[in-house]
Amino acid sequence: MTTLTLAKAMNLGLRKAMEDDPKVLIMGEDIGKLGGVFRVTDGLQKDFGEDRVIDTPLAESGIIGTAIGLAIRGYRPVCEIQFDGFVFPAADQIITQLAKMPLRSLGKLKLPVVVRIPCGGGIGAVEHHSESPEAYFTHTAGLRVVACSNPVDAYTMIQQAVRSDDPVIFFEPKRRYWDKAEVDTSSAPDTWHPFDTGRVVRQGADLTMLAYGPMVKTALEAANAAAEEGRSIEVVDLRSLNPVDMPLVTESVRKTGRCVIVHEAPVYSGLGGELAARITEQCFYNLEAPVLRVGGFSTPYPPSRLEEHYLPDLDRVLDAVDRAFGY
Amino acid sequence: MTADVSRGAQSPPELVQLLTPEGERIEHPDYDIDLTAEELRGLYRDLVLVRRIDLEAVALQRQGELGLWASLLGQEAAQVGSGRALTDADMAFPTYREHGVAWCRKVDPVQLLGMFRGVNHGGWDPVEHNFHLYTIVIGSQTLHAVGYAMGIQRDGAESAAIAYFGDGATSQGDVNEAFIWASVFNAPVVFFCQNNQWAISEPLEKQTRIPLYRRAAGFGFPGVRVDGNDVLACLAVTRKALADARSGQGPSMIEAFTYRMGAHTTSDDPTRYRVADELESWKLKDPIERVKAYLAKSGIADQSYFDAIDAEADELGRDLRRRCLAMPDPQPMAMFDHVYAEPHALVAEEREQYAAYLNSFEEGAR
Ligand SMILES: Cc1ncc(C[n+]2csc(CCOP(=O)(O)OP(=O)(O)O)c2C)c(N)n1
Ligand SMILES: [Mg+2]
Repeated sequence: MTTLTLAKAMNLGLRKAMEDDPKVLIMGEDIGKLGGVFRVTDGLQKDFGEDRVIDTPLAESGIIGTAIGLAIRGYRPVCEIQFDGFVFPAADQIITQLAKMPLRSLGKLKLPVVVRIPCGGGIGAVEHHSESPEAYFTHTAGLRVVACSNPVDAYTMIQQAVRSDDPVIFFEPKRRYWDKAEVDTSSAPDTWHPFDTGRVVRQGADLTMLAYGPMVKTALEAANAAAEEGRSIEVVDLRSLNPVDMPLVTESVRKTGRCVIVHEAPVYSGLGGELAARITEQCFYNLEAPVLRVGGFSTPYPPSRLEEHYLPDLDRVLDAVDRAFGY
Repeated sequence: MTADVSRGAQSPPELVQLLTPEGERIEHPDYDIDLTAEELRGLYRDLVLVRRIDLEAVALQRQGELGLWASLLGQEAAQVGSGRALTDADMAFPTYREHGVAWCRKVDPVQLLGMFRGVNHGGWDPVEHNFHLYTIVIGSQTLHAVGYAMGIQRDGAESAAIAYFGDGATSQGDVNEAFIWASVFNAPVVFFCQNNQWAISEPLEKQTRIPLYRRAAGFGFPGVRVDGNDVLACLAVTRKALADARSGQGPSMIEAFTYRMGAHTTSDDPTRYRVADELESWKLKDPIERVKAYLAKSGIADQSYFDAIDAEADELGRDLRRRCLAMPDPQPMAMFDHVYAEPHALVAEEREQYAAYLNSFEEGAR
């Protein structure tokens, strides 16, 4: 066991993936000498060389487009998008090409491309540096979409993403990059939590709280606070956003009868809407209250001095819990 | 496998220069400029004041008053030279680093601080100043400049647009599309690329194998490389490019060859990727020192003038600091303003809900 920050766990996971498979390449802006703006790729270029850790020209469409070509040629590119707000120049390549080519080739082409995206707000940044664009990608068939929330998952999930033969959009909670946890870097892959499953991170009986990425920590804090008021909240870290581990979700909701979904992305047309609909369809007779959602507003992400209002915090999450118990 | 770039992007520049780093005034066959003593002093004043604004902003960031700042240190001449070439009717589309151009467009420096302090997403009126809001997404604004120029063209107006962007930006699809659009429509736009040699940690060689200004030829319009630390040359070259654009001769590209003397932004640590020698050699080409030397040598200004400008700069810095600290934080409900131009039911509903939620705390309801 080693104590690692989430960023360092990502770094070691990438290193392991590169050691395990010479076809794994890393590409992106400023990932070489600088080690990426969050230092996730720190030291990798020095150890694996410029042909495997590639500082690309400043063009996101180019990064994903060439990664697709490399994948067709048998490589496994891991692409870094510097900030969430800058994935959009690459959206065309991701949505029209990366997501669809395997099907068009009737499975003859596999595109094991990982697109890493630091996501979410809470770091006091200027605009385009605090976005939560996951729903654009969960809405696109052909992409696996995952979000890690802690160092252990960062270390294992990035390696699972690299091993996956499907394109994976990999969200990293940027405000949790410096959070620490004990990580066992010697554990065997077959002991890891399966890639496309969620995990109950806190047991509870009265209400299920679904969260992922940066909001898992907030959900856990809310559950602890609610416990002081005698409410027992079960927190599920979804981890995989497409597909979602519905058996896990429905099992929990059937048990508790109440559900609150928390994400930073705007509530309107967010992933929470899809989850709420599915839960209603599958757990209708078990529900004591409507499924409630807490998330961002239908406004562009605000200037940083207002972000505490935009981001779900303890109070807003607990407010939803109160409302769920009010039915 | 990594390409040998020794004959590539860094080949000796065919550089337009009118003032040497030592402050010697030299001639150029294609570009000349005749400025009055007052105009020359004015350029010096601009350069000094703009640098002072920038230094104050860096200090404010260090003290936690700004979340971030992108310093223009070293690029003052490129920005003041090109900025002073613009007429009121011309329209400029900046990146996030164009504080010197903003100054020339009469944007109050304190308004530049808003987005870096996190109180707004851009604090000035782009229409009033003919200076668009800062664009953070690399390269996007170049297309906006071309579209704006196509509008000027359709209006039969005698003005031009100018698009600012960096060396790194030249790799973006948007920028290349902007070149194509401008060329095909003969749009009255000037592409002003400040090649400061770095895109965060990536040196120029990661973006190009040929000098950037030569890209223009491939798109079908002229390109020129100018000494970006020479305010006279930047002014002369940009004036000509704008005049050509206004008179229907179409777009052109200017590569202002300069250097980012500071970190990419206050969040950056350049010691991780570049050597100090480079910085030292560029210090000798400082954009302000050469003008000062020229003004002194030619008797256009003396020490008392320089002292007066320094005093003005200090006062400007103090004033900027005072007004930065006095900037009010935005009201939470302001988040819901201006999302749409017309009434919008969803935003209205969320605004109401959030107002009620905030009120519930005040009433001690929870
Ligand atoms: C589309 C996009 N990708 C990435 C970034 C992150 N980023 C901000 S500045 C920068 C480098 C820009 O370099 P250059 O164009 O040379 O301008 P300079 O900062 O040197 O003035 C990068 C990669 C961004 N802002 N937008
Ligand atoms: Mg640059």
